[in-house]
Amino acid sequence: MIATRALYSDVIRERWRRPRFRGELPGATAVAEDVNPLCGDRVRLMLRLDGVRIVAAGFVGDSCAICTASADVLAELVVGRPAAEARAVAAGDLLAVLQADIRPTRMRCVTLPLSVLAQALNGGGA
Amino acid sequence: MRLHEITRGDFPVLGRVVNGHPLVYLDSAASSQKPRTVIEAMSQYYARSHANVHRSIHTLGEEATELYEGARDRVQRFIGAQSREEVVLTRGTTDGLNLLADALCAGLAPGDEVLITEMEHHSNIIPWQLAARRQRLALRAVPVTGSGLLDLDALDRLLSARTRVVAFTHVSNVLGTINPVAEVCARARRAGAVTVVDGAQAAPHLALDMSLLGCDFYVFSPHKMLGPTGIGVLWGRRERLEALEPTRGGGEMIKEVWLDRAQWNDLPWRFEPGTPPIAEAVGLTAAVEYLEKLGMDRVGEHERALTRQALAGLAALPGVRVFGPPASVSRGAVVAFAVEGLHPHDVAALLDAEGIAVRAGHHCAMPLMHRLGVVGTARASFSVFNAPDEIDHLVRTVADLRSVL
Repeated sequence: MIATRALYSDVIRERWRRPRFRGELPGATAVAEDVNPLCGDRVRLMLRLDGVRIVAAGFVGDSCAICTASADVLAELVVGRPAAEARAVAAGDLLAVLQADIRPTRMRCVTLPLSVLAQALNGGGA
Repeated sequence: MRLHEITRGDFPVLGRVVNGHPLVYLDSAASSQKPRTVIEAMSQYYARSHANVHRSIHTLGEEATELYEGARDRVQRFIGAQSREEVVLTRGTTDGLNLLADALCAGLAPGDEVLITEMEHHSNIIPWQLAARRQRLALRAVPVTGSGLLDLDALDRLLSARTRVVAFTHVSNVLGTINPVAEVCARARRAGAVTVVDGAQAAPHLALDMSLLGCDFYVFSPHKMLGPTGIGVLWGRRERLEALEPTRGGGEMIKEVWLDRAQWNDLPWRFEPGTPPIAEAVGLTAAVEYLEKLGMDRVGEHERALTRQALAGLAALPGVRVFGPPASVSRGAVVAFAVEGLHPHDVAALLDAEGIAVRAGHHCAMPLMHRLGVVGTARASFSVFNAPDEIDHLVRTVADLRSVL
């Protein structure tokens, strides 16, 4: 049996199998997409803002389990927050939810959704 | 005796335990492991003979020069080059391709065409893109057929009187396709184009003979063939090299220098400015000696058997897709595969947890990934030290993957 537990926490496995925020977001007002040049992973993040507050979020793309779980957690963390607060979400916040010991070579899988979020909130990248 | 039974003890790294399992190294297409003779030759060189080459009139300088130039002679014989002047030592395949793109495209006119293929590594795409942008050239690509072969009919349609350079890979680093170099070169030559072959995935596995391939330039990387990183080989047909203006200057590549002009050195040093990778040349000699002792025919036979075994084993697994030409076609020592429902990076990470090192991602061949309609693949690749039971271990582990994530 492969020792997946050391690599992928239950949170990552759960979010990979059943992501809660995966899918197109109709009426999105802020959209950005970026790729991880190391692996070609692609994440598109869609946000609907009601004035300054993020009222809905969704993502699509081709990405690994860690990146997918990270995008899913990020979407959950930012919904309901003002854009300024969403901007302040950091890799540490995602890691705390993911409950995983991520190796340096996979950290970009965690942080790609964060840079896409920053681009979306800055009104670029889509 | 199978080849791995002879070689395994020669590779110190194979004694490593990774994540609690004996290392199974299946990533030689990215960079191979090194036999003890290569490691020791380089270490001995630094411990006993290091000095700069060519103009050091002292014992160590002479020894270093002899060792460095000896590597050139060894490579010349290894690849069947006509003369040592045709063997330029660079920093790697990428370096050689950049050198050629710069030098070959410098004299071209706007609208002239460079032809590459859909199955190229980025190192045989980007240098031509840069040159094309600089010189306003048209860059075109020969498509890959559904079975992973170069579309030779399309090649004929794409070749024209404006085609100046045809640059293509000998062996695909993803599909394992072995391209018909002599055939492509003959067609290119009829169109009046210069041919450049990326041999990075061929030199470690195939017996090479430059006089049979029919290309004008051939480049490869010793670090993929049991040698060190940081050194490359660029072979060029003498008259083609003579006709090239150097694009990089410095010491060693000149005969005489004035403040406003210079006279270039003879071949091959004209294209080797600066202090060369001397220790790496020593390691290259040791790597070639090691391969020659095994015999390239035997090396190729061993790796083809492993490739066939991996192809058959992986293709038989439900939910696993293998890429490239069918197993009945002779292929290079790589097998790219995808596991349904799993991202290639997760495949690689899960295999690593079992001590198995494979590559995952786009393999620096994004246009080919687009063509295949995938974001990336996992890739197992083989070398002289790999054993059939390692392939079995890979196949068994891949079979379990879908249930664990």
